[in-house]
Amino acid sequence: MKLPLGTQRTLAEIGDISRFTWRFFQECGRPKFEVQEFFRQCFMIGNRSLGLVAITGFILGLVMTIQSRPTMAQFGAEDWIPSMVAISIIREIGPVVIALICAGKIGSGIGAELGSMKVTEQIDAMEVSGTNPFKYLVVTRVWATTLMVPILVIFADFISLYGSYLAVNMRDVTSLALFTQQVVEILEFSDVLPAFFKTFFFGFAIGVIGCYKGYTSSKGTEGVGLAANSAVVVASLMVFIIDLLAVQITDLLGLT
Amino acid sequence: MLMTTPPTISDREVVLEVRHLYKSFGDNHVLKDFNLELYRGENLVVLGKSGSGKSVLIKCIIGLMHPEQGEIQVLAKNVIGLNKEQLDQMRTRVGFLFQSNALYDSMTVRENLEFPLRRHGRDKSHSEVNDLVMEALVNVGLPHTVDMMPSELSGGMRKRIALARTMILKPEIMLYDEPTTGLDPITSREINDLILKVQEIYKTSSIIISHDMGCVKYTANRVALLVDGRCFASGSYADLQKHPDSAVKGFFQ
Ligand SMILES: Nc1ncnc2c1ncn2[C@@H]1O[C@H](COP(=O)(O)OP(=O)(O)O)[C@@H](O)[C@H]1O
Ligand SMILES: [Mg+2]
Repeated sequence: MKLPLGTQRTLAEIGDISRFTWRFFQECGRPKFEVQEFFRQCFMIGNRSLGLVAITGFILGLVMTIQSRPTMAQFGAEDWIPSMVAISIIREIGPVVIALICAGKIGSGIGAELGSMKVTEQIDAMEVSGTNPFKYLVVTRVWATTLMVPILVIFADFISLYGSYLAVNMRDVTSLALFTQQVVEILEFSDVLPAFFKTFFFGFAIGVIGCYKGYTSSKGTEGVGLAANSAVVVASLMVFIIDLLAVQITDLLGLT
Repeated sequence: MLMTTPPTISDREVVLEVRHLYKSFGDNHVLKDFNLELYRGENLVVLGKSGSGKSVLIKCIIGLMHPEQGEIQVLAKNVIGLNKEQLDQMRTRVGFLFQSNALYDSMTVRENLEFPLRRHGRDKSHSEVNDLVMEALVNVGLPHTVDMMPSELSGGMRKRIALARTMILKPEIMLYDEPTTGLDPITSREINDLILKVQEIYKTSSIIISHDMGCVKYTANRVALLVDGRCFASGSYADLQKHPDSAVKGFFQ
């Protein structure tokens, strides 16, 4: 029996990405970590996405609050809006939406950058200059996204709650202290911790997929565009798959 | 004999030798029993149609590609058997000028030139590094570009910066991948002059890949013809011009 061509390609790609990830762990184990390049990448990733993430987070908090008001009002539960919004943003919507934004911004950036480095032989040039390009380019970027995506998510969560606070104040009057108290009271460790934990995996996936697409992009200028584009698509898909797995695991562990 | 060609080689010491090289990609047999030797101090041009495997040949020599069969001796070392450290060591003595220049887009000209110096783990002080960078830039006539980004430079300037970056380690052997392709005739001439200057000042032995007959005529001491994955013919420019075979004549029309 022969599998359809599309399925064959997908399976081959999953195999290639797994091998690429395995190589990442192998290269991590070898000595000489490119510390300087790692910090440079952290800075670039954070710096480039900060504005976008802030705006997205702010709008998210604002919209969630405005949208949930009518339903909450039906039950006479307007007082619960801050708690409800905080739970939904911190547990689920914040991490996933910000990870998707990062997949679009960071994933495509890495895919295009490494893709064009491949096409213009810069990766070969590094290799003949006594540098392991995989360590220099891939290992540093994957660690940088793994670290920076969680930080961006936390940052966006705060902005988003502030947006929610402003939205509450459009209709009612509440103080920032009271709003904060309501949020802190409702949130438990079992809400925050799994949500925080999974963002590392989001970051890791975005880094690996972006690097894989760029580093293995085929020759030619159209290869660069393709690398950037498919990095976004596959990384976004990975975010949802990881989210699904994370929810299942926290459920099984009884952390809900 | 044409007298425009640079002086002939006095001693015939072989610095680089390729024996029975085979390289294929799937069913695409690019190199089939390829043989070549490079003598000390000479400029050898490898001439071939585009897609004939010229880049593959020099990427095998520098260890970026791995041939299925054959032997490559570079400065009395067999490239194929070298481990990572030995390969890095060899690469400090063999320079490679990439067809697309391969300048690092995210770095300034200075950082581009410093990269091979720092990376090959040579302990040099800040001022020594700076002196070497400036010397390399002066050699290619572009000292004022030191703080510019590669994207601000023209095609010809980028080629010169790439050459400066390769020459900064003062390699004994240079491999040029189509140094004049895509450049206008005047800029090509300038690059050809630089190739001759490198040969004269640093006594470098070079393999120059090309299909630009102007470059061939101007820079070559000897020409080797790559046809169907083999070294089809070799000799001086004048010798090959008189070659009876139509495959050779095609290049010289
Ligand atoms: N990485 C690669 N994978 C598959 N095929 C390749 C690769 N590199 C080169 N080739 C093939 O080898 C042949 C020779 O390529 P190349 O050496 O780049 O030609 P040129 O003589 O123009 O430099 C071409 O047919 C090309 O398709
Ligand atoms: Mg080529």
